[in-house]
Amino acid sequence: MTKTTDVAKLEQIAKETRRRILQMITAAGSGHPGGSLSAVEILVTLYFDVMRHDPANPKWPERDRFVLSKGHACPVLYTVMAECGYTPIDQLNTLRKMGSMYQGHPDVRYIPSLEASTGSLGQGLSLIIGMGLAARLDKSPSRAFVVLGDGEIQEGQVWESAMFAPFHKLDNIVAIVDYNKIQLDGFVKDILDLEPVVDKWKSFGWNVLNIDGHSIPALQKAFADAEATKGKPTVIIAQTVKGKGVSFMENNPKFHGVAPTAEELEKALKELA
Amino acid sequence: MPVNAKFDLKPGAATREAFGKALVELGHANKDVVVCDADLSKSTYTSYFGKEFPDRFFECGIAEANMVAIGGGLAASGKIPFVSSFSVFLLNKGFEQIRVTSAFPHTNLKLVGTHSGISIGEDGPSQMSIEDISLACSLGGMTVISPADEFSMKALVHAAAAMFGPVFIRAGRAKAAIIYTADQKFEIGKGIELVKGSDVTLIGTGLLVAESIRAAETLESEGISARVIDIHTIKPLDRDIIAKAARETGAIVVSEEHLVDSGLGVRVAQAAAESTPCVMEFIGIQNTYAESGPPEALLKKYGLVAENVAAAARRAITRKKAG
Repeated sequence: MTKTTDVAKLEQIAKETRRRILQMITAAGSGHPGGSLSAVEILVTLYFDVMRHDPANPKWPERDRFVLSKGHACPVLYTVMAECGYTPIDQLNTLRKMGSMYQGHPDVRYIPSLEASTGSLGQGLSLIIGMGLAARLDKSPSRAFVVLGDGEIQEGQVWESAMFAPFHKLDNIVAIVDYNKIQLDGFVKDILDLEPVVDKWKSFGWNVLNIDGHSIPALQKAFADAEATKGKPTVIIAQTVKGKGVSFMENNPKFHGVAPTAEELEKALKELA
Repeated sequence: MPVNAKFDLKPGAATREAFGKALVELGHANKDVVVCDADLSKSTYTSYFGKEFPDRFFECGIAEANMVAIGGGLAASGKIPFVSSFSVFLLNKGFEQIRVTSAFPHTNLKLVGTHSGISIGEDGPSQMSIEDISLACSLGGMTVISPADEFSMKALVHAAAAMFGPVFIRAGRAKAAIIYTADQKFEIGKGIELVKGSDVTLIGTGLLVAESIRAAETLESEGISARVIDIHTIKPLDRDIIAKAARETGAIVVSEEHLVDSGLGVRVAQAAAESTPCVMEFIGIQNTYAESGPPEALLKKYGLVAENVAAAARRAITRKKAG
C-alpha cells in the first residue's frame, strides 16, 4: 500500500470505499450501510495517512492499533483493510456468507490481522486502553485508535473507561466518536440524548476535538493535534452524516441496518461515480 | 495405608493468598505478566504483586467491566494479564466482557475470582459466588480451575500462565486444609486420585476435597472402601478418571461449594452418562442463597461437610446394591 497525505487522493479512496461498502452489503442482503458510510473518511484517513502499520507484517509489535468498537460497521473496516492489502479485495462480496473471512461482525479468528473481535457495544475503548498500557510498559511508540458509535456511548462501560484513561495520563490512545445522530431505533436525541457530549468528555479530562468527520483535512489536523497532546488522551467528536454520500440514505434511520436493493445500489453507485 | 495416615489436613493458607504469592513468583519469572484489580487487591492478595511490580499492576477502581476488557487489550498486545476481583463481581459484572474479549476471540486472559462459595462467612450472600463454576464453564474454550489447597493453587497458577488461552481460577477466602506437598505435580485437565477405593468414589473440588477425604476416613472405619478424586480442573473435565471411577466403583458422590444444579456435579454426571452410567449423589448448595455467619457453621448448615458426603456415599452404595 502507498500512504499519502494528499487530500484529493484520500477523497478518491473514500469514494471507492463507499462504492465497495454498498456493493458488499447489497451482495450480502443484510448489514449496516448507514454507520459504515458515516465512518469512511475517519478510517481512510487513519489507514492511508495517520497510522503506522504494515500490511505485509501485520504483527509488527510497534504497529499502531485500530479497533472498530461499533463492530456492526465492519464493511468500512473490511474494505479499508482490503484496500491496504491485509485481506483479499476480490472476496469482499462474500460478506456474511458461510465460510467467509468477512464475518457479520469483526472476528479475529477469521481475520488474524484484526486487533480485536467486536460486536457487543461498549468495549473498544477499554480494549485500546489495555493496548496503550502495554505499549507504555514496552516503551513502544505504538498508538491505539478506536471508533465508537454515538449510540454506543450510552453504554456505561464507555464511561468507566473514559474515567480511567485521563487518570492514567494515557496519551497514546485516541477515541473517535462517529456522531452520525442516528441509532437503530431512531434519532439519538430522541432515544437517549448525548448532549452536551463535548462537555461530558472534557469534564472527564480528555482533550476534546469537535470536528467535521467528513473533512479529511480536519481529520488530519485533529490526529496531529492528538499526537502532539501529551499527558491526556484525545477524543475526536466527529460530526458525521449517517449514510453519507448517498442522497436517499443520508439521515435516514431506515439504513442503519437494512441492505440496499439492487435498484437502490444502482442509483447509489451513479451518485458515487 | 489407611486414609488418615496420608493426610493430616491441618489448616493451611487460603487459596487466595497462595494465588497472590504465586503471582509474585510469576512476575519475577516473566516480565509479560501483568495484573489488574478492582479495588480489592488487599483481599484478593494481588497487592503482593502490586507492591513488587508497581509498573505492571493496574488498579482499575470499582469498574469490573472496564477492567476485564482492559485485560483483553493487554492480552491482545502480548501480555499475560491476571485480572482479579471477588469471583461474584468478576464473573457477574464482567461476564459479557469475558465472553467478548476473552472466550470468543480466545485471548490469553487469566481471570482469578476469590471469595468463592459460602465459606467467606460474615459478609453474606451478596458477596458469595455460588454460580461462578457454572458461568465460567458456560463459555466456549474456557479453562476452569478450582484448586483445593495452597500447593495446588500455586502450581495451577503457574500452569495457567504457561498455557495459551482464557482461564478462570476459583479461589477461596477461608484457610484451606493442606492436602498436597510442594513437590506434587499438577496437570491442567487431569484429576488426581488421592485415595484408592472400590465401593464408591468421592469426587470433590475446592474445599470439598478435604471434606471428601474426611468422609473417606469415616467410611473406612465402617468397612467401606471409598475412592477420593480431586477434580481441580472442571473444564476441560478429566473424563477418563470419571469413566474409570464409574466403571470400577459403580457409585459416585460429587461435592462442591456451588449451586448443586449447575456446577461440577452435573458435568461429572454428563461424563459418566456418556461412558458408564452409575449411581450418583450430589452435595452442593440447594437452589438457595446462604446467609451471614461463621464459615464452619455455614458449611455445616448448608450441608457441605464430611458427614454429608459420608451420608451421601452410604445412600449411593445402598442404591447400587438395590440395583
